[in-house]
Amino acid sequence: MNQPLLSVKDLKTYFPTKKIFFNKERQVIKAVDGINFQVNKGETLGIVGESGCGKSTMGRSILRLIEPTEGSIKFEGKEVTTLNQKDLRKLRSNMQIVFQDPFASLNPKMTVGSILGEALATHQLGQSSKERKEKVKELLGKVGLSPIHIERYPHEFSGGQRQRIGIARAIAVNPALIIADEPVSALDVSVQAQILNLFQDLKETLGLTYIFIAHDLSVVKHVSDRIGVMYLGKIVELSDKKQLFQNPLHPYTQALISAVPTLDPDAKKDRIILSGDVPSPSSPPSGCAFHTRCMYRKNVCENVKPREITVSPGRLVNCHMYDEDYFVEFL
Amino acid sequence: MTLENNRSSLVYPDSIEIETSSKSSIMNFLKKIKKNKGALIGSMILLFFILTSALAPVIAPYPVNEMNFEDSLQGPSTEHWLGTDEFGRDIWTRMLYGGRVSLLMGLFAVTLSGTIGVTLGVIAGYYRRLDIYIMQFNDILMTFPSLLMAIAIVAVLGVGLTNAMIAVAISVVPSFVRVVRGSVLSIRETEYVEASRAIGVKNWKIIIKHILPNVASPIIILATLEFGSSILSAASLSFLGLGEQPPNPEWGALVYVGKSFLSQAWWMTLFPGLAIMLVVLGFNLLGDGLRDALDPRSK
Repeated sequence: MNQPLLSVKDLKTYFPTKKIFFNKERQVIKAVDGINFQVNKGETLGIVGESGCGKSTMGRSILRLIEPTEGSIKFEGKEVTTLNQKDLRKLRSNMQIVFQDPFASLNPKMTVGSILGEALATHQLGQSSKERKEKVKELLGKVGLSPIHIERYPHEFSGGQRQRIGIARAIAVNPALIIADEPVSALDVSVQAQILNLFQDLKETLGLTYIFIAHDLSVVKHVSDRIGVMYLGKIVELSDKKQLFQNPLHPYTQALISAVPTLDPDAKKDRIILSGDVPSPSSPPSGCAFHTRCMYRKNVCENVKPREITVSPGRLVNCHMYDEDYFVEFL
Repeated sequence: MTLENNRSSLVYPDSIEIETSSKSSIMNFLKKIKKNKGALIGSMILLFFILTSALAPVIAPYPVNEMNFEDSLQGPSTEHWLGTDEFGRDIWTRMLYGGRVSLLMGLFAVTLSGTIGVTLGVIAGYYRRLDIYIMQFNDILMTFPSLLMAIAIVAVLGVGLTNAMIAVAISVVPSFVRVVRGSVLSIRETEYVEASRAIGVKNWKIIIKHILPNVASPIIILATLEFGSSILSAASLSFLGLGEQPPNPEWGALVYVGKSFLSQAWWMTLFPGLAIMLVVLGFNLLGDGLRDALDPRSK
């Protein structure tokens, strides 16, 4: 088998919270708590999860915009976590990010031309400013904007157009991998479809690989080849898209999928309604993090952390129900 | 791709676009300033004071420091437009010369303190590791009333106009540091700064292109405010005999001297005071205008 483009092993990102007076122990928020996955060239890995489960932190940790606490990130076989600033800067052109909020991700004081030009200049793409200007125009064309937009400021654009500029900035440096951090969740539904199609088109024409983070299952279903479901800093299930939707294994995935609305009003649905809130990542539940809300909860779940079980090739699940050591308990 | 280019170049020929691009931002800026009445008035006021001060030797009707006791404490008249002081010196003449010192003082103090304050503020806000050291030092400086600190600095450096300027400048630095650091802290967390980091832009470029333009408006506003208060602090120093030395005039010194003759000669305090007020007002108006003109969102 050929080498995966990106492989993440046991990635952990912890944030220390403020020290409290007379309290020796520093609390730690485990935003990302041991994540493993691989992304192959040309595929789209979707990541879904509730807000606060660490999706965005994971994305940023992979790019080292947030320094990960532990673990290994290998891009094309090269370790990313140990790179120094200079080498990291070089690597930046290979991995890019598209942000959620198109209103916050563009500098209001810079024109579109200078925003995109900055990306080109940083990686010496285009010798003269004139040459770069031509490239910027080309980029605008690629994302469905017109070259006349080059002198305009971000506030003169709509949300969808701004997101196109954000995408143009990401593809400006010819990356192999783009991490899309909820790129459509801030947009109108009609615009969402356009942006998703743009992502698809760019993937084909530029041979991109995506990690597509979202909280909307239908969006992820539309774009992904494989999907990882995150809960409290962990990937609880990682699977082929088709299998995940047909036969969700983890109870959390089952609940999520049962909550996807359908077009047929008469369709009978057994909705699994989760009770309670997501527990705080600063004091996650013992054992399986999901046990506080799980409908199949047994004693083991409260005490023992579940292992990563390979159910079938390429299908991982983090649940005792599929662990041969414990499944007896669930009979 | 080429199709896209062709289509647009039909509507907007490339040559025109390129030609206007570099000019347009400056032209736009000037256009915005012109439209902004406050900025226009402000710059006119400042221009008036700067010109009259610069041309003081040419337009002054009397010698600055020559005493003439026959004319002492005369009210405004056709001979002495703004009256005379207790030694019979023409107030208008003294104000023209005093403006040179006061304007220079304000400008120098704001420029120096602004440069130091912005630099330290950006470093503290952007490189968080140095934050605690810079801010704690800053907080210590802030606990001193700025005039008291200026006096202390003059005491160390020695009496004189230059030292007074430096003292005033240093006493203003902490407020710049605090304001700039706070703004930088909020800007550095924005997604566009993160995006630049993701692209691999170097830190100093991020500071120049992303951070500074977006913290410009609080800096401009603070600078205009501090300009006024620097003139006043400089005046206080002169009054205490630590700044410009008598008999050389300075606006603040004129006001303070006039204060003791307030019941007999109101013109001695009013006119220099008015000049200070107008210059500060002019700076504030110009500062507001600049802030608006620098914001691409305002039309």
